[in-house]
Order: sequence, then structure tokens, then C-alpha cells
Amino acid sequence: MDTLTWTGILGPVLNPILFAAIVVAAIGFVATLILGFLPQPMPSVNPDGTLTAKRSPADWARLVMTGAVLAVIAVCLIFILGGIFIPSIEAKGIVGAVSARLLPVWIALVATFALSITFKRRLGLYGKLFDNPIGMVGFGLVMFWVYTALAVGLFDLIITHDPLQAVSGMKNKLPGTPLQGAEDGDYPYYLLGGDNLARDVFSRMISGSFVVVRIAPLATLFAFMVGITLGLPAGYVGGRLDTFLSFLANLILAFPVILLFYLLVTPEIVQTGIPSYLAVALFLFPILFLTVLINSRYFTEPRKRNIILAVVLIPLIWLYCSLVSDPRTPVSFFPVDLDLFDIPGGILVVFVSVVFVNAPTVFRIVRGLVMDIKTRDYVAAAQTRGEGPWYIMLWEILPNARGPLIVDFCLRIGYTTILLGTLGFFGLGLPPDSPDWGTTINAGRKLLSIYPHAAIVPALSLLSLVLGLNLMADGLREESLKD
Amino acid sequence: MMLIFLLRRTGTMLLTALCLSFIVFFLTNLEPNLEKVAKYEGNSRMTDEQVEGWLRNNGFNQPILIRYGEWLGVWPGWTREDDNGRVVAGRCVESPATADEAASYCGILQGEWGVSRVFREDVSSIVATRLALTGKMMFWVMVLMVPSALIVGVLAGMREGSRLDRSLSTFSIATTATPEYVSGVILIAVFASSAFGLKWFKGTATSAMDGANFENFFLPVLTIALYGMGYIARMTRASMAEVMTAQYIRTARLKGVSFPNIVMKHALRNALIAPFTVIMLQFPWLLNGVVIVETLFNYKGFGWSLVQAAGNNDIDLLLGISVVSVIVVLVTQLISDIGYVYLNPRIRIS
Repeated sequence: MDTLTWTGILGPVLNPILFAAIVVAAIGFVATLILGFLPQPMPSVNPDGTLTAKRSPADWARLVMTGAVLAVIAVCLIFILGGIFIPSIEAKGIVGAVSARLLPVWIALVATFALSITFKRRLGLYGKLFDNPIGMVGFGLVMFWVYTALAVGLFDLIITHDPLQAVSGMKNKLPGTPLQGAEDGDYPYYLLGGDNLARDVFSRMISGSFVVVRIAPLATLFAFMVGITLGLPAGYVGGRLDTFLSFLANLILAFPVILLFYLLVTPEIVQTGIPSYLAVALFLFPILFLTVLINSRYFTEPRKRNIILAVVLIPLIWLYCSLVSDPRTPVSFFPVDLDLFDIPGGILVVFVSVVFVNAPTVFRIVRGLVMDIKTRDYVAAAQTRGEGPWYIMLWEILPNARGPLIVDFCLRIGYTTILLGTLGFFGLGLPPDSPDWGTTINAGRKLLSIYPHAAIVPALSLLSLVLGLNLMADGLREESLKD
Repeated sequence: MMLIFLLRRTGTMLLTALCLSFIVFFLTNLEPNLEKVAKYEGNSRMTDEQVEGWLRNNGFNQPILIRYGEWLGVWPGWTREDDNGRVVAGRCVESPATADEAASYCGILQGEWGVSRVFREDVSSIVATRLALTGKMMFWVMVLMVPSALIVGVLAGMREGSRLDRSLSTFSIATTATPEYVSGVILIAVFASSAFGLKWFKGTATSAMDGANFENFFLPVLTIALYGMGYIARMTRASMAEVMTAQYIRTARLKGVSFPNIVMKHALRNALIAPFTVIMLQFPWLLNGVVIVETLFNYKGFGWSLVQAAGNNDIDLLLGISVVSVIVVLVTQLISDIGYVYLNPRIRIS
């Protein structure tokens, strides 16, 4: 069998169009930039008092650029659709075959966008995201990776080979190389080539997304819980408490992140159990947060409060105990029979250190927001009514600070993804054969100047996910500022 | 007023530095780490008793606070005496012959930073040479990053919402979304690998340590600069956009001042206050980038030594490096605070 071409049978027709469109778009972009600085022609006044403006060269350049960009998008769409409908892999080419493997993701994406755009007026801030082209692009990129991760993590779809399995003869092979010694039922190609241990780059990239999507949002959420629980009283009460907590936060912020990772994640430190104790402390915050949240609202009706607290807290505390307690670490107090799950290997450590690094920044943001909001009239009204401080903080101030917090949440998931990649890049925490993107980039960079595909593929994946999160945050910020 | 402010800030700074160095000291001196050091210095098949003996002979058996004091130079260094009561070894004793003249205090306050176990060299000299190398890199990063970020930010912010603003803002978002290890890998693959065939630059910067030139130094510098650039550009844009809506700009426009004149003469100075603090606060981030880029491009500077020291639990070197980096971070924070007060007449310290 021959090596796959990138674009299969569509290539000879569409590739020249694609390249021409890209070149035209680039020229148009530069021309728009340069011509934009020239003075624009003044509109001329007609006898009847209306104005007539002629198209300036800058406008023409922009029109050409827009057309070319649309052409590029159209060609890409044809490649994606072609990959789905053309029958044989050889005719699909690499791009088409990848697109065909991603079919479940495309379906989910189209369904999400169709539903969201149809009902966007009833969906609040989320719906407004679909009024903003940049926000929509960002949301699309994010959901692409979320659906990919769910498909591979929960249903084992999309991947073509086992991401940890080496196949002899496939070491450092270029994208589209046929699988050596393929049997019936094996996918006959390494779509994006093999890495330096002869594993499939495509499958590793896809499985890597599950590692990120599993850890990053959850770690960010925990960092927010910690930051909010500490930041609210620091900003609202102020004084000694504020000085003390801010000092602690600045202490962690003044640490170079990588040094902190090296100090927290090395096997020797893990052996002493410090990350486990940190986990005990950090994971307590969500429980504290929810208890105070519910209690401050319903403490006037003790019966109702007790029921709600019991319903929320018993499962949470159970989860907390199974999460924190692990017979292999010094923190092991929970009976094994009741222990629901143990977090594998380094993941808990990675999780804890990422939360630990992110929480002080969230703390500072929340503190700043609270100090701003607590001077508002509705806070004074609540104080006059005699509401308790925690009620005011959690039910008056926090909901009014949600806009900036949601935007920062999106940005921070991106930053957490970058941190996870950094950990992987330095070989910290996660096992060395883990398919996550940072580890894969680190493994691929040694042969970067000869076989760049092994490092480039995860690098571009990480880039697109973080870019998507940033664009989405930008869209959300713009839309939330509008009203 | 300013003096009291400065004194308080310096006090907080010293306290922070003390706490941080103690945390690093504590974490690097935990039981398993010391065991590793003993096996590294002695031999790898030592029994537990031998390890304990080695630790006792080398002054590791005292309480951690005392050892921290010794390292800092506020507690007399440990000494070991033989049966005749003569000092044969100690923290400040280099050889038994000179034991009598040895000073009793020798910590970083006395300028004794200890010896690196990996490089077999004085920590102070390692830190000095590596810091000089990284300083060279940072200088070029600043030369590239600050002007381009300011230009991008000012151009985007002068007409908020225009197409130029949108494209430049998207560009800045894209650069902040690209961590150094991603942009570095992509830049090397495109401009330095045989696969793309461009080979304009070199994929390593090892040769740049002696003689830096455009070919071997541009890629690492660009990699760090790109990541920091987007953030500064966005801050500049926000501050420029705010200034452009101010009353006096409107007055200038109504007076008939041309647009370029308004931007250059009226808006620019006021718009550059906020970016100044941001550039200063970028230092801790840049430090991160430096570690990644120096590892990626094999440029043996400060960040590279941090990785080496941390990976091998080289206690003295790691402590030295963290003290220096923490001081760099804190000093830049102080400068940014002071600069902000000086540049912005609306803020008065009370």
C-alpha cells in the first residue's frame, strides 16, 4: 500500500484553489492594513442634500480579502464533508480520513449550534454568545475538543489505535503511512504518523484531549471555590483578615510557578504526603462553601435547612473522603469498603498543585470585585435589614460579581490547560507514557528538526483549545458589557 | 509619606522573602530528599543506618529551624569535633587545618551561598554567570517585546471597534493563547527543521551563550516575547481606548487638531501609565517563559539551572536560585508600585 496523500482525490482540484485563496487573502490583509492608514476620500454632497461616498482602495482590498477568506472556509468545508462521504480511505486522503473519524464530533457540534442558535433569545448570557462571531468561533473550538474528549473517554470512539501500543516498524513514520503487518479489523494507516516509540500520533492526540478536559475545568472550579471562599471575607470584612490573606496570596504568587511544581510534584515530596495533606485542605473548601451558602439563606427555617444540607452534604462528604483517602498515601483513614474510587497515580498531585497555583489569583480578583461592590446601595439596604455578613457576601455581592467571574473562569481554564501542558513538558506528575499533550510535546521535541509531526500535532491541539477558550471569554466579555 | 510607604513595602518584601526561602528550605530538606542526597554523596547502596550516620556527620540531624538559621547566617554553623575536642569538620570549616580560623557564622547573609552538588562549584558563581546569560536574553526580549506590544496596543486602541482594532486584538489573543512550549515547537519546526526545508534559524541556542547572533538567538527571544506581548498589548489597548473617550481628546478634536497629532501628542502619554505597571508585573511570568525556552533551546542560563537543580535536588543551588528569583519578582513589584504613583498624579499615598 502507498502512503496516503494529504487530500486524496479532491486534492488535484481543490489544492490550487485553496493555495490561491490563501495567498489572495494574505495579500488582501496586508493591503487593507496599509491602505487603512491613507486618508479616506470625503463623501461628496449631492444637490438634494444626500451624501455619496465612493469605495476607497481600502474598501476594495477588504472586499477581496473577505471573498478569499470565504473561499478558504468553503474549501475546508468541502474537505471535511468529502472525507465523510467518499467511500475508500485512499480516496479520502489524510484530511478526509481524519474528518471521517471525527464524524460523531461533527454531528454533536452541528446539533449544538443548531439548537443554540434557534433558542438563543431564551438562553441568557449563553445565548448572547451566538450574536458574536468571535465568541462563536471560540465556542466551536472549545466544544470540538469537549466532544472529542467525551467521545474517546466515554465511548472509545474516534481513535484508530491503542494510544499506548507500539507497532514494530512504525517508528517516526510520516503521516499517512500504512500500518505494517495490519490484520483484519485494524485501521490500515497511521493517519498522522508514528512517534519515536512507534505509537500512533493521531490516537495519542485524541486521547490526550480527555486528560485535559477531565482535569482543567474541575481544577479551575476548585480554584474558584477556594478563591471565592477566602476572597469574599477578605474584601468584605477587610482589616487584619484581609492583610493576612493577601499576604498569603502574594506569597504564593511571588513563587516562580515551575519551581513550585518541581517542589510539589517530585516523587520524594509525594512520598512525604504533603500533596495529600494539601488535598485534604483544598478539597474542604467546596464543602465549606456550600454549607455556608445554604445555611446563610435558610437559617431562619431550621427544618428546611437541615433537609437541604443533609441532601447536599452527605454525598459530598462521602465523595470527599473517597477522593482524599488513598491507602497508598499517608492520608488513609477511610474504610476501603466505603471508598468509591482512588485517583490514579500522579493525577491527584497534578490536580492539587494546579488548584494551589490558581487559587491566589482568583482570590485577588474576587477581593477586588467585592471591595468595589460593597459600596453599592443594595448592600447598604441589606445591612439595614439586618442580614448577616455571609448572606450579604454570598447572596447579594456574589451574584452581582458573576459577569467578570464567568469571563475569568473561561480564561482560567485556558491558563490551567497551559499549566497542565507545562507539567507534562517537564515530565512532572503524569506517567511518562501518558498521552496528554504536554508530555507528548516533550517526547516529540527531541527529534523536532527531523520529524516535527510528533510534536506539532499536540502543540496545535493545545493551541486551538486555549485559543478557543480565550476567544469565547472575549466574546462573553463583549456581550456582558453590552447591557 | 513616601518614605513610610517605602519602608513598609520593604518590610513586607523582606518578610515574604524570608517565608518563601523557608518554604523552599523546608521542602528541599524533607526526609526522603536528604536520603537521596546522602546516597548521592556516599554510595547508592547505603543502608538506613549508614544514611543516618552520614546525615549526622554532615550536620543534617539538627532541627530544621536551626539549619535554616545556619543557612541564613544568623545561627552559628555546625561543627563536628573528634575525641580530642578538635574541630574536624563543620559548615564553615573547609579543611581540618584551618578549623581554628573558620568563622562561626556562614550563611547567605555572610555571602556564603554554599556549593552546588551537581556542578561542584560555588552557588554564587553559578548564579552570577547564569544570571548574566539570562540577562542578555531578557534584554533582547524587552527590546523586541515592549515596543511592538505598545505599537500594537496603541494602534488597536486609538479607534476602538474598528477593523484594525479587531484584527490586532485577535492577534493579541492568539499570542496570549500560545504558551512558549507550543510557539517554540512550531517556530523550530517551521524555521529550523529539515522537514519544512526553510532552515533560516538554528533550533538550539547553545552557541548563543558565547556569541549571540541573529541566526541562533532570534527564535528563543521571539518565543518569549510573543507570549508576553499579547498581554501588554491588550492592556495598552484598554488604557488607550479609555483615554480616547476622555473630555480633553474631544476638545482637541473639536478644536480641529489632526488625528495623528491627537494620538501622538495628547493621548499617548496618558495611555502609557497602565502598561508600565503591567510590563513590570510581567517579570514573574517571563521568568516562567525563560525556564521553558532555555530548556527547549538548550540555552544554559538561569532557568536551565533551575531545572537542573530542581531535578537533582541540588539543595544549595535551588535555594540560591529561588532567593534570587523571588527577589527579582518582589523588586519589580515594588518598582511598579512606585512608578505607578509617580506617573499617575491622581493617586496619592495616604
